[in-house]
Amino acid sequence: MLGKGVVGGGGGTKAPKPSFVSYVRPEEIHTNEKEVTEKEVTLHLLPGEQLLCEASTVLKCVQEDSCQRGIYGRLVCTDFKIAFLGDDESALDNDETQFKNKVIGENDITLHCVDQIYGVFDEKKKTLFGQLKKYPEKLIIHCKDLRVFHFCLRYTKEEEVKRIVSGIIHHTQAPKLLKRLFLFSYATAAQNHTATDPKNHAVMFDTLQDWCWELERTKGNMKYKAVSVNEGYKVCERLPAYFVVPTPLPEEDVPRFQGHGIPIWCWSCHSGCALLKMSALPKEQDDGILQIQKNFLDGIYKTIHRPPYETVKTEDLSSNFLSLQEIQTAYSKFKQLFLIDNSTEFWDTDIKWFSLLESSSWLDIIRRCLKKAIEIIECLEAQNMNVLLLEENASDLCCLVSSLVQVMMDPHCRTRFGFQSLVQKEWIVGGHCFLDRCNHLRQSDKEEHQRQLSLPLTQSKSSPKRGFFREETDHLIKNLLGKRISKLINSSEELQDNFREFYDSWRSKPPNYHGLLLPHIEGPEIKVWAQRYLRWIPEAQILGGGRVATLSKLLEMMEEVQRLQEKIEERHHSQEALQAEAASLLRTSARLSSLFPFALLQRHSSKPVLPTSGWKALGDEEDLAKREDEFVDLGDV
Amino acid sequence: MSLLRGLLGMELIGISVRLFLDFQEKPASLDSALILDVPLGVISRIEKMGGATSRGENSYGLDITCKDMRNLRFALKQEGHSRRDMFEILTRYAFPLAHSLPIFAFLNEEKFDVDGWMVYNPVEEYRRQGLPNHHWRITFINKCYELCDTYPALLVVPYRASDDDLRRVATFRSRNRIPVLSWIHPENKTVIVRCSQPLVGMSGKRNKDDEKYLDVIRETNRQINKLTIYDARPNVNAVANKATGGGYESDDAYHNAELFFLDIHNIHVMRESLKKVKDIVYPNVEESHWLSSLESTHWLEHIKLVLTGAIQVADRVSSGKSSVVVHCSDGWDRTAQLTSLAMLMLDSYYRSIEGFEILVQKEWISFGHKFASRIGHGDKNHADADRSPIFLQFIDCVWQMSKQFPTAFEFNERFLIVILDHLYSCRFGTFLYNCESAREKQKVTERTVSLWSLINSNKDKFKNPFYTKEINRVLYPVASMRHLELWVNYYIRWNPRIKQQQPNPVEQRYMELLALRDEYIKRLEELQLANSPKLSDPSTSPSSPSQMVPHVQTHF
Repeated sequence: MLGKGVVGGGGGTKAPKPSFVSYVRPEEIHTNEKEVTEKEVTLHLLPGEQLLCEASTVLKCVQEDSCQRGIYGRLVCTDFKIAFLGDDESALDNDETQFKNKVIGENDITLHCVDQIYGVFDEKKKTLFGQLKKYPEKLIIHCKDLRVFHFCLRYTKEEEVKRIVSGIIHHTQAPKLLKRLFLFSYATAAQNHTATDPKNHAVMFDTLQDWCWELERTKGNMKYKAVSVNEGYKVCERLPAYFVVPTPLPEEDVPRFQGHGIPIWCWSCHSGCALLKMSALPKEQDDGILQIQKNFLDGIYKTIHRPPYETVKTEDLSSNFLSLQEIQTAYSKFKQLFLIDNSTEFWDTDIKWFSLLESSSWLDIIRRCLKKAIEIIECLEAQNMNVLLLEENASDLCCLVSSLVQVMMDPHCRTRFGFQSLVQKEWIVGGHCFLDRCNHLRQSDKEEHQRQLSLPLTQSKSSPKRGFFREETDHLIKNLLGKRISKLINSSEELQDNFREFYDSWRSKPPNYHGLLLPHIEGPEIKVWAQRYLRWIPEAQILGGGRVATLSKLLEMMEEVQRLQEKIEERHHSQEALQAEAASLLRTSARLSSLFPFALLQRHSSKPVLPTSGWKALGDEEDLAKREDEFVDLGDV
Repeated sequence: MSLLRGLLGMELIGISVRLFLDFQEKPASLDSALILDVPLGVISRIEKMGGATSRGENSYGLDITCKDMRNLRFALKQEGHSRRDMFEILTRYAFPLAHSLPIFAFLNEEKFDVDGWMVYNPVEEYRRQGLPNHHWRITFINKCYELCDTYPALLVVPYRASDDDLRRVATFRSRNRIPVLSWIHPENKTVIVRCSQPLVGMSGKRNKDDEKYLDVIRETNRQINKLTIYDARPNVNAVANKATGGGYESDDAYHNAELFFLDIHNIHVMRESLKKVKDIVYPNVEESHWLSSLESTHWLEHIKLVLTGAIQVADRVSSGKSSVVVHCSDGWDRTAQLTSLAMLMLDSYYRSIEGFEILVQKEWISFGHKFASRIGHGDKNHADADRSPIFLQFIDCVWQMSKQFPTAFEFNERFLIVILDHLYSCRFGTFLYNCESAREKQKVTERTVSLWSLINSNKDKFKNPFYTKEINRVLYPVASMRHLELWVNYYIRWNPRIKQQQPNPVEQRYMELLALRDEYIKRLEELQLANSPKLSDPSTSPSSPSQMVPHVQTHF
């Protein structure tokens, strides 16, 4: 019975253990049996991908209408992903299949997406790692993209359980060599890289020319020059092969401290002011070396302080801003709020949702990131200063702050290709240590290096990469931007006043979506990015509602306008009447859920979800609660 | 916070209800055109601050607390008796009841193109629901408000219950508010019935007529053997109500009914909760601990419970499981919230502008939600224990629903805010008095203008461009804190830092596209007309099509 059919607890091929509760209703068995005859699920492998181990008659548990349902299938583990091959991919309508991920299916978990694996032993949930003595009845996989999978192994042969569980644990937890990462075998096997029109893809910033274009685009070429001093990574492996520095800076200065202490250009704004970044010089004890460093820096500062350069304001991100540890801790707490195992857990946490959110500090961190970006913009825009971001390696908070500033100031960064180019420029070529920060090689000793740094960026931005947003997302950005205001951190009164004045004056004007765009940062304006964080939680699904309802109306209208436009043009070209085409061409809009396009409809009926947990104590209002609404004068009733 | 040094001037236009301000010294930060326009009806209390010995700026003047979350503070000069005069004039016109003056609505001579009083006609509304039918009849037993003085004149009751039965049932229901029909499902014919609590008392009194009457209601659906009663109160409160003669339907007495408590708290809890909301948004928005402060107000938790209750009512009826009886204590606060919200979920008609007006007119105004007591129109007693933001809470729930289903409502946020503004303003007669009988006595429909006149003569201003009419679609909002939000545009709209949201960019783009579409359709029609009579005549077609077609200006 490989990958076939849904079998009720009582109707399986194996006799069920008595403690198992069948959640499968008879009518489901019936309908699903019908589908079995029509469907044969096969494992889809990418070029270079290899099947490592598998187990059959695994039951995937699905939450549906607040009860559990099981789907039998095969659980496999390849060198790229864990996949479950059931036959539940039924009844998807066009809109749903249209937005399906073509590489990673609904039941696929790439190995690097696995966050935590739990085993259930006698109803108890334990974290699984290393060599196991005992194998669990149930496997719970928490993913980094916040999906939660439950696989029941009760009906699986013991050998297969051992093989699949230890296989999954090994391939998702054991340290890996860089060259063993799947992408290399994929790239070797796939090798069909097709050149695309440079106008239609992101700028990669891997050539001198790309940087020259960027300088030209931002009119930074008057004062800054692209250099190839690091070609072949001769000076420093951390720095890109090509980058941009102030024109008068002697290229010989770059190798002096392996690129440290060099102001590197990020972006120029229309006023000519620029955003620069610099990695700090190594900390030294020796006075002689310190003197050398000081002299070197003096020289550098002299170069960039002299006209035509504006005054430089140095923003030390290592000491005056968030620490990487803070960000990591907050995210760990925050993501836990969305990794929900079942309905009971969802409703139990619902009642204290706001305080849980607050205690994670994640939204406050988002607020502080946005606020820092606005402060820097104030310097660039209102005070006509250059801003130099200073950080130990200039590759963490520098990437974050610099790209946020650009998204707010440069409408180009709010287009799809512009945003991709920005990520390429600031994060990828900019040297953000993704390998360490995401711990792709799973080196446990590097735990402290894992920081969810790029997440604040995407949270503050939502994702313009989704196909259905199309080109210019800047109209949406303001809405999508996370928002908030904060207590004043490390700033002088005066600075704060400048900031306030600048911010309030911007907000008093009608927003120009093609110009400077500042996010709202007041307390009530900072909200959880529901489309990302709540997308896999069935209880949080609004059937036929959510923001997607208006967006799909907008898209329908766009289509209609385009169609009418074509029709008018056709009419001008030929006189033939097009009577056959009635106005009823309008696509009947499928009723989408708020989880669209991420999770497919998990609940098929339109039953409402009802909170299961009750009321929290009112505390000091208890006496009020006992009062009568009205004085009841019952007379002699 | 409106802390303004200036001259307070009151213009009485006719006998206007508004407070206008002239500024002697305009603070630099303020727009020179700023006029503070506050209907006097919105004022909840006026206090003098500072005395003759007060020193320092802004220490002497008037402090005005409003019912719409605003506080106004006017610093005055001590010379003359300007403050005393102003205080007296303001008090007189803000609280006319205490001075035997008429409420402004009776003096208002505004004229509108549409007569809002015509919007709600109970007979027509029941006919729309397919009533009367075999099982339900319209009765005029309350024509002169003799059966129940807080109910409307026209009631829908089971066909099999005689007027005498109704009179006997009335003796067993608090304030004679007997179970009557609010809404009937067009297909499965299950109903939503509303009433007040039964007068069970400590001794556990029973009333055969009441028991029989509920069974008759159940029997209007022959195939269903249960009737569901939702008691909006928390269980403990319902029990406690026995001490004052009230109570709930016990299993022993009502065999075919099942009773559920919905745990919604009373008017006093709601009033305190809203007060706490004001504390965290005024004078400054709590910043560092916004979320936990918000949680500590419990406001959204109450919203969640009200919505959860309404969802259960709607689900019960929509699934055809059983008919539903809803009550709380008197059946005019929580009951009105639950029935009207459930009806909004079940019946798409109520999601249109006029439909919503009818819903408010029917479930709230005609069924005796005590607007006068809850709002305190023209009453100076601001601390009255009868005050409570029950209707505001209902509108908030509607707003939460419209946020979750942005295409399901014909009206926009502005519509809801305007309703709330005029809940207090006393410019219209719509929300005056506690019940229909009182309104009739005061000839409110003849002597005042209806709020719906204002709205329906400017309907375009209140329309949601995304509205998609969907008949028979049941809307179930998700009553989870993950989706509930504080209604910033209402509760914090007076805070200059929280600026009203600019027109939503998605909405703006949609409007542009709508205009473009209409233009294209018109153009296409013109082309069709020009082409169809003489297809062979080339002169009717323009030589250069590109000149004719304005291309979509913005990128998609």
